[in-house]
Amino acid sequence: MNTANLAWAQFRLERKLFWRNPSAAFFSFGLPLLILLLTASVFAGASDELNVLIPGVAGMSVMATTFNAMAFNVTFRREQGLLKRALATPMPLSSYFAGFLGNAVVNAFVQVGIVVVLGHLLYGVDWPRDWLELVVFTAVGVFSFGALGVALSQAIPSFDAAAAYVNIVFLPAIFISGVFYSTEALPGALDAIAQILPLKHVIDGFGGAIVTGRGLVDNAGSLLVVALWGLAGIFLSVRSFRWE
Amino acid sequence: MSEAAIEVSDLHKSYGPVEAVRGVSFSVGRGEVFGLLGPNGAGKTTTVEILEGYRKRTAGDVSVLGHDPQRRDRALQERVGVVLQSGGFHPQLTAREAVDHAARAYPHPRDAAETISLVGLEDSSDVRIKRLSGGQQRRLDLAMALVGDPEVVFLDEPTTGFDPAARRTAWTAVRALKDLGKTVLLTTHYLDEAQSLADRVAIIKEGRIVAEGPPSDLGPGSAGYRVSYLAAGARVEHQTDDPTDLLHRLTGDALARGERLDGLEVARPSLEDVYLELTSEDGRGDSS
Repeated sequence: MNTANLAWAQFRLERKLFWRNPSAAFFSFGLPLLILLLTASVFAGASDELNVLIPGVAGMSVMATTFNAMAFNVTFRREQGLLKRALATPMPLSSYFAGFLGNAVVNAFVQVGIVVVLGHLLYGVDWPRDWLELVVFTAVGVFSFGALGVALSQAIPSFDAAAAYVNIVFLPAIFISGVFYSTEALPGALDAIAQILPLKHVIDGFGGAIVTGRGLVDNAGSLLVVALWGLAGIFLSVRSFRWE
Repeated sequence: MSEAAIEVSDLHKSYGPVEAVRGVSFSVGRGEVFGLLGPNGAGKTTTVEILEGYRKRTAGDVSVLGHDPQRRDRALQERVGVVLQSGGFHPQLTAREAVDHAARAYPHPRDAAETISLVGLEDSSDVRIKRLSGGQQRRLDLAMALVGDPEVVFLDEPTTGFDPAARRTAWTAVRALKDLGKTVLLTTHYLDEAQSLADRVAIIKEGRIVAEGPPSDLGPGSAGYRVSYLAAGARVEHQTDDPTDLLHRLTGDALARGERLDGLEVARPSLEDVYLELTSEDGRGDSS
């Protein structure tokens, strides 16, 4: 089989694995949705807050399904000897990681879709104004956070330590990047950090696509920041990749 | 005989200041079962992992089926099977799913069901891997290595941690590999394992090969026969390369004195004696 067919075979295996691991499925799907339902209920009817919250939770979902999931999974596979086995077979590593990341891409798109649909049906947020922008920011965000998740896993010593490493990045990132409230309320120093990191820019892109109608051209700077983080993630992943 | 399946010449591997492998050379012919025998930390696993393509060597030449393994050519990986020391499975897949998936990457895979039968897992092929016993998982490991129908199979300590029954099963599986015509390189720190499975054995100590040959040749050639008897309640021991001559003299002298040689024993040194001698701290392995 060629590289593309093998990537497809790996992708289908990854989907099977995902659904056979209910706790992982819950954490990457259920938790962000639970947070959406709880916080949105607090803000129900307050459209200004909902207009921040829906793009914010969509951005958080992209990060959770890709960055967190890849960091956990790569660490798990390294510890279980799965990477070692993958390396011993003729399966090209590009096919392996394409299938692996492809699974995270599907999860991210499904989840962004659920957030948008729930936001509209339950809380009366308008349908997105710019679907293309929504798809582009999801795709670039997935690529970037997926690569960064693989990069982070190289620094995680063991699966037991993975939750600590992931959350020390994920939790501060969602608090300073405008998931739950507008970043205008943040102290300047924190906002400056958030401006450097990719999550806020993904959320800005979603805000443009869903709420404000600020288009791709106007958000090109944000897109560039997210893409550059993705390239850095790939560079770090390839340079420091270890199978044990 | 065609060219060797595996050639290793003056292989060196250092981890920082630590030299794990210090000039190892050997070659393994096609269809041969070759055992790398040595205590823990002798450099066996490092050597095998270089041959498997996991590690880059520091110096020396290495060839597997004519390829340099550290280039990780797909053309080589298609012809090689690696049995890991442990793990390497998705616990939530079944054995059949794991073998089926592994088969896809090879150009001429064996039939997955047949491969599972070959290792004796046919009754458990639809069980999730997490529910398989340790011994069953090791057999699945072998199935994963065989499904590509490889020419060369690497087995790194295939029975470490096994109970005696599981070891016997694993040995049967290795013999089956030989019957299939595979070239097998196995590492072990169990002497009896090397003795009963390998056509040729290299004893490795502190990163160097200290003895090499068929297990039967490594015996008498390396250390003499031991002839011993009781004299005045104490055991007297002689070592010799020619026990016939020594026995003739000893028994002749005893008869001449009208005595008996109580407790007379002639021991052909086992590979174990050679192994212990070569790998002990003050063994002659140090002088090489």
